[in-house]
Amino acid sequence: MTQKKLLIGVVAIALALGIYFFARPSRSRSGPAVTQGALAPDFSLPQLNGSQLELSAYRGEIVLLDFWATWCDPCREEIPHFVDLQNRYGGQGVQVIGVSMDDRPEPVRTFYQQFKMNYPVVMGNAKIGDLYGGILGLPIALLIDRNGRIYAKHIGATDVSVIEKEMVSLLQNKNDPVNNLR
Amino acid sequence: MNFPSKPVTLLFALGVISIASVSVLAQQATLIPTSNLIEPADLVKILQSSKSGKPLMIQVGSHVLYQQAHIPGSEYIGPASSETGLQQLRKRVESLPRNKFIVIYCGCCPWTHCPNVKPADDALRAMGFTNVKVLYIANNFGTDWVDKGYPVAKGD
Repeated sequence: MTQKKLLIGVVAIALALGIYFFARPSRSRSGPAVTQGALAPDFSLPQLNGSQLELSAYRGEIVLLDFWATWCDPCREEIPHFVDLQNRYGGQGVQVIGVSMDDRPEPVRTFYQQFKMNYPVVMGNAKIGDLYGGILGLPIALLIDRNGRIYAKHIGATDVSVIEKEMVSLLQNKNDPVNNLR
Repeated sequence: MNFPSKPVTLLFALGVISIASVSVLAQQATLIPTSNLIEPADLVKILQSSKSGKPLMIQVGSHVLYQQAHIPGSEYIGPASSETGLQQLRKRVESLPRNKFIVIYCGCCPWTHCPNVKPADDALRAMGFTNVKVLYIANNFGTDWVDKGYPVAKGD
């Protein structure tokens, strides 16, 4: 009798777990998970000047990949800091690349001039959003090491000193596997 | 050479700052009364309910973000922070009864920085719509909608 009750209990728990896992809403983020240590997905996108930019062409350099848009206030606040980083670390093998998620290039061109941006900016699209696991909020900044692997990911406005510290660490080749994804 | 007197210069500067401040404040989502807001979980309940009438849902943000993920059945209008976007919004709703249930949303940025939802809410209320809700997206559409497993559609 006790064994029968136990069996019924086990079956009931198994059923409940089964229903939970089948009925729970699925996460709908598309594309691969962009995690620390993973290869940054390669892309080829048009720059503001019309020429194509391929991420893989920057292998061997430390890349700060910034997803942004002109209408995004936190993004706008970060740009002067990224211009400054490009100025100070560009000669040491650091390259900032902006991926504008604006719908049209015109406001981006105006913004580029106004903010005296000194690094390449490409026009992003839904495809690159999917490629990077869904860019469904801005800004998002990824720091990529010389081997093309993702070292850190920052969602939302980030204190530039945090990014600079990681950049310096990469320049000194201190790729400690700390938890840089947040 | 004539220089403007100091009080005049000061007044001019204050005027410029005031206009700039009003312009920025006019776009702040944080100024939308809480009674005008709807939480994502509450909208999901409405969408899943067979009893209540489904709202007209309008995304008033970025098209690139809409293409990646949006609420099924919602329509893309364009960023309401621009006059073009507002014109599109007015055009879309002008023939609707003023008690039509409308939900507007964006999710491009954290709520405190969203430039789109406040102008859209203001525009609809100025047109006389009485049943408008703004979807409260605290961080962004990815975190507060997609990652919670709420229904999502892709593409145009």
